Amino acid sequence: MDVPLSWYLVVAAALFCIGLAGALSRRNAIAVLMGVELMLNAVNVNLLAFWRHVEVVKATLSGQAFAIIVITVAAAEAAVGLALAIALYRTRRTVDVEDVDLMKL
Amino acid sequence: MTETFFNLTWLIPLFPLAAFAIIVLWTNRHRLLSTWIAWIGIGLAWILGWIVFFQAWGGFEELTPPTHKYPVPLFSIPTGTTSLNLGFQVDTLTGVMLFMVPFVCLMIFIYSKGYMNYGTKDVDPRYSRFFAYISLFACGMLGLVVSDNFLTLFVFWEIMGLCSYLLIGFWFDKTYPDPKRITPKEAGLKAFLTTRVGDVIMLAGMLLLYSQVGSLTFSDVFSQETLEQLAHTYAWGNVPWATFIALLFFGGAVGKSAQFPLHVWLPDAMEGPTPVSALIHAATMVSAGVYLVARSFPLFVAVEGGSQLAVVAFIGAFTAIFSSTIAVAQNDIKRVLAYSTISQLGYMIAALGIGAYVAAVFHLITHAFFKALLFMGSGSVIHGVEHGHHHSHHHATGPEGHEEEGEFDANDMMNMGGLLRRMPVTGWTFIVGALALTGIFPWAGFWSKDEILADAWKTFQEGGHFGVTANWGFFVWLLLTIAAFLTAFYTGRQIFLTFAGKPRTAAAEHAPESVPSMTWPLVILAAFATLLGLAGTPWANQFFEMIGESAVILGERLAHGEFNLVIALVSSGVALAGWVVAWLIYGFRPLTVPVDPLRRPLGPIYTLLENKYYFDEIYQAGIVRPAIRLAQACYTFDDKVVIDPIVDGVGRFGRWLSDWLRRAVDNPIVDGAVNGVGRVTTWFGEFMRATQTGKVQNYLLVAAVTVFLLVALYVFRTYLPDWLSALGLG
Amino acid sequence: MTVSQVVFILLSIAALGGALGVVFARNLFRAALALVLSFVGVAGFYVLLEAEFLAMVQILVYVGAIAILIIFAIMLSRRMMSSETQPWNEQWVGAVVVAAALFAALVFILSRVDWPATEAQVPADSISQLGQALVSPDFYVLPFEVASVLLLVALVGAVIIAREQ
Repeated sequence: MDVPLSWYLVVAAALFCIGLAGALSRRNAIAVLMGVELMLNAVNVNLLAFWRHVEVVKATLSGQAFAIIVITVAAAEAAVGLALAIALYRTRRTVDVEDVDLMKL
Repeated sequence: MTETFFNLTWLIPLFPLAAFAIIVLWTNRHRLLSTWIAWIGIGLAWILGWIVFFQAWGGFEELTPPTHKYPVPLFSIPTGTTSLNLGFQVDTLTGVMLFMVPFVCLMIFIYSKGYMNYGTKDVDPRYSRFFAYISLFACGMLGLVVSDNFLTLFVFWEIMGLCSYLLIGFWFDKTYPDPKRITPKEAGLKAFLTTRVGDVIMLAGMLLLYSQVGSLTFSDVFSQETLEQLAHTYAWGNVPWATFIALLFFGGAVGKSAQFPLHVWLPDAMEGPTPVSALIHAATMVSAGVYLVARSFPLFVAVEGGSQLAVVAFIGAFTAIFSSTIAVAQNDIKRVLAYSTISQLGYMIAALGIGAYVAAVFHLITHAFFKALLFMGSGSVIHGVEHGHHHSHHHATGPEGHEEEGEFDANDMMNMGGLLRRMPVTGWTFIVGALALTGIFPWAGFWSKDEILADAWKTFQEGGHFGVTANWGFFVWLLLTIAAFLTAFYTGRQIFLTFAGKPRTAAAEHAPESVPSMTWPLVILAAFATLLGLAGTPWANQFFEMIGESAVILGERLAHGEFNLVIALVSSGVALAGWVVAWLIYGFRPLTVPVDPLRRPLGPIYTLLENKYYFDEIYQAGIVRPAIRLAQACYTFDDKVVIDPIVDGVGRFGRWLSDWLRRAVDNPIVDGAVNGVGRVTTWFGEFMRATQTGKVQNYLLVAAVTVFLLVALYVFRTYLPDWLSALGLG
Repeated sequence: MTVSQVVFILLSIAALGGALGVVFARNLFRAALALVLSFVGVAGFYVLLEAEFLAMVQILVYVGAIAILIIFAIMLSRRMMSSETQPWNEQWVGAVVVAAALFAALVFILSRVDWPATEAQVPADSISQLGQALVSPDFYVLPFEVASVLLLVALVGAVIIAREQ
């Protein structure tokens, strides 16, 4: 392989940390969701990189299967998350997560 | 031929589960249909259960370890590198549980129809829901019994916990005029949270077991090699894994079987409907703890003479005597039975603690029958007194007068008396149950209790199996014999207060006998309570042959619990003495006023017993209230928004630290220390406030910081030596 | 430097640049477009890793479905697109510091490990193998079925949550 495993891991780590920063610092609920999606993508890059460089020797496919499951979960999470954002916008006229602290009493 | 029915064992829990699903999804508006569906569900489970039991009875050689074929894996689902193995198993212990559980369940299901006032205008508004819940419960208990691994056992165990919570709090809208009296809602919560303590301990045991063995299937865990390995590897110091895990499992059993010190939930569980008390809190669920210890018994005896058996024996014997003293001073007819249940479960646990495996299981089975009988009898009494109360009230003050409603306590034995004439079937069956409970020859309790006492005495005389020392045998024998006296005394007291003499209230005078759907189960259970002991008589101990011969533990066949005439005479004499004393105090001159004649001579001791040694108060003051106060402190401080909890908290800590240092230097040490304690509290409160912003991103940031700290910890642990050596320090 | 290394660097620029755009764009719509760029870059990684099927799934699911869904959600709550309010909350400094520190720690660990390099080839029929493994009782049929149930539940849940009362 021309591209070593560590390159992928570094890029994935960067992608994960950028997504984390987004999820922690954006006020808009939809933007927070986008940050979470970035983090999930970083995980998938890791899974596939390890699959290609380590697991392929054993000729099994756990990495790919895991990645597919992660994508499924991400799709489900995006659907429910965006539905929540829309419901929130409809009832409270805001999608700012800072304003959503009803649990605090 | 036999294999076909054993292979169907896994179907048994599915019948009640199907009944639950059908009632909840489709028929919950139709009461009669729901009743029949629940009955059919448990009825099918009962028939199949008994078929399996009788086949096991007839041919238990097939189930005996060297050749047994029945753990049967149902699913083995690979999940990556491990796989999820679920299955069922039949052995003789499962067999006898399948004899007891579905039958007692069926009796109680039938009884419930009358108890929940089917067909009258008083019918419970949540009638169908009740049958759905008890069906789900039956599924939980049957599933627990047929599981072949700790994982599904735990799942069913928790299903039962959930049902117990739902059913104790079944009348969740009920309130009492006395604010100190526990309401069903609170009682349900209390039961759930108290048993949760045990469940968490048990879960920890399961996790450790899995980490050590790599499997939770009984046949893997209890194999000779695994047990040897667990007995000779050490958790720390010289505590072997087997001892440690066994004690954690015992923690789960203590919670579920209401043993000291987690016994406090069971008496309050009596707030639920009486069939629930009979089903869950006397016959089946509470015995799941004993079943767990019996099931994992090989683990308990893997280490010869380990401390785990001593703990089990001590807790069991202590609980037996401790709760029977409380029962002496209770006036609520169901609470007396609740403490009696705790005490009898203590007998079983103590028997397991001295290695008397067969005797414990035998007592488990007989106890289930007669205690279910007693509870259902008490329910019938309460039901009758309630009706009598309505009746007499109606006549006395006319239809409008309901002002007294709610103050009359139909559970209070002081409001009863003379009921034998009003309710003959209930009364006589109750007396049969009482004779069985107190161990009077030839009722069932005599044989099972006597076997425990004989085994304890034999341990004292000859030393026990599995390295149990003789002293434990004597300890257990002594405490259980005293408890047998107390059992007879409080049971006699209960009988004389309830059924003998003259009615002390108008309600008792007008109490009608219950409907046939309630009395028939009583009669049938009374027959079992009378005859069941014959399965385990010393001359033809078929029960022993079935359980003892097949439950080969560590290659050691359990020795036959020999009949000891002296011990039998002693325990019978003690029980008779208890009855006689009860008769002298309560029966000879029946009470006319609702005051216990023991209250005056016993004085403060009576008050202590009446208040159950103040355990509820101690737990309230020691655990519940501090937790609430901490939560309230956090909540009170929680009204100001803090921008950055971490920075703020660290800053505050720094300020507090420098403050404290200045004081410690400047002022006398004591003053500084006193202020320091106050400041720690304040700082802690403020810090807790700071973390409670209610903003999800703050919480996430804390989580991210934690992740970073964990990664950093890993880096330092791994690379710090390298760095130090690079700097020439290592 | 080989061709694939150059391609990798270009893809990294796309993926990380897109990601930075997601976090730092004031306009939410532009952030969503940057997200698409980032997803496409990740799909490129999958092609480089010879996981072509996953690359197509990435394009179809992420770019085709999730990103479009996000853009729809943005347009349905249109007032929020305006950049009058501050798009970042008060703890953004802390967030960036923690993320950077985590990245530094991860890179440090990555640099200390001797990662394996393999010359093994991906089997030619890996896609059909993957398809069989996903529905084979010996491999992943349980997670696969659970995932499909999850999708169904999420579908029903999303409809119920987002429905007008």
